[in-house]
Amino acid sequence: MSEKPVLYYFNARGRMETIRWLLTVAEVDFDEVFLTSRDQYLKLLENGDLLFQQVPMVEIDGMKLVQTRAILNYIAEKYNLHGKDLKDRAMIDMYSEGLMDLTQMIRLLSWLSDPKDQLEEIEKKAKERYLPVFEKALTGAVYLVGGKFSCADVYLLECTLMLEESFVGILKDFGNLKSFQGRMLQIPAVNRFLLPGSKRKLPFDQKSLALAKQVFNMKS
Amino acid sequence: MCDKPVLYYFNGRGRMESVRWLLTAAKVQFDEVLLTTRDQYLKLLDSGDLMFQQVPMVEIDGMKLVQTRAILNYIAEKYSLQGKDLKDRAMVKMYSEGVMDLNEMIMMLPWIPDPKAKLEEIEKKANERYLPVFEKALTGPVFLVGGKLSCADVYLLECTLMLEEKFAGILADFPNLKSFQGRMLQNDAIKEFVKPGSQRKPQPDDVYVKTVLEIFNMKT
Repeated sequence: MSEKPVLYYFNARGRMETIRWLLTVAEVDFDEVFLTSRDQYLKLLENGDLLFQQVPMVEIDGMKLVQTRAILNYIAEKYNLHGKDLKDRAMIDMYSEGLMDLTQMIRLLSWLSDPKDQLEEIEKKAKERYLPVFEKALTGAVYLVGGKFSCADVYLLECTLMLEESFVGILKDFGNLKSFQGRMLQIPAVNRFLLPGSKRKLPFDQKSLALAKQVFNMKS
Repeated sequence: MCDKPVLYYFNGRGRMESVRWLLTAAKVQFDEVLLTTRDQYLKLLDSGDLMFQQVPMVEIDGMKLVQTRAILNYIAEKYSLQGKDLKDRAMVKMYSEGVMDLNEMIMMLPWIPDPKAKLEEIEKKANERYLPVFEKALTGPVFLVGGKLSCADVYLLECTLMLEEKFAGILADFPNLKSFQGRMLQNDAIKEFVKPGSQRKPQPDDVYVKTVLEIFNMKT
């Protein structure tokens, strides 16, 4: 009998959120251990549970996986969300990495005292560099790659929802993306994840950021 | 008959260097188009060959691959350098991502006006967070994962050489790493790659920084 994966992270989105999304879509139940004190973190370090002293960390199939992409790749491959062959995987990786670049920009907003310039930069890059690529890829296609659901579709959904939180109506000029979003939201697991009370998290805020800095002993 | 892959990048290491290393270790010959002027870069942009308007880009097997990890993943899988099964692949990925984080810090150095503090941080992180992990992993084994050469070994070799360029003798307390380096350098293709006149690029200098800034029309 398989045990549920256990996610070690703060009670916030950060780098773990994409992992929560992917497990959810793969219909894999998971548990979470939230970091709440420096002592707890030091214990994890002492146990040797964090290979590079960092979180996210996911206990899964007897391993303590760290590094977001290593975790995501493992889940994607295990649950067949990684493309049917080498060439499809190349397309999935390209799309995924582009999306991760954009998502990372949005994530960093939480750390900025004056996010105005960065918000403008994100909106510009989203509209000029990223969204047009996915709009084009979804012309006549239900999924991004190979007519088959993949992790790239999950990352795209997560990203478009995050963009709309900061820029209402940003998908106005991207009809295919809006339809894609609509289709994805029909998936029962996705639907449930977006309801209040699910494991979906909120972005880092003042309080959780302060906690993170304390846990890692960082200067403010 | 296969065409050789063609690498599009600046005449310097940057994000393309790991790709050069991996192709070399896989014994795959490649050509390069080195970007030296803004006009050349703009032509490349106009051609639509850069999915997210960025380099590195590698023409390989009829595709124009962008995003460093997508490129590296494709090469690693095609030439059987990513681990023999799902679990080995997880270890390879974890190690690879850790090394890439450290490489990224070194890569950013030329872009920092006063790098002294960053250099200290890199040396500290290398000595405390990263090198001990690989020293331990190489206690006994010849390669990092599964008794077999993988891309993680290649990235680690690249990283240790770059660290020694900045911090001569940094491997003094890491004998397994030093031996590992010695073994890897026995590989014929790698031996040729580290000789002058190979496709290996030199450390970034003022000319490199100036060229890249000009190409992107950025002020110094």
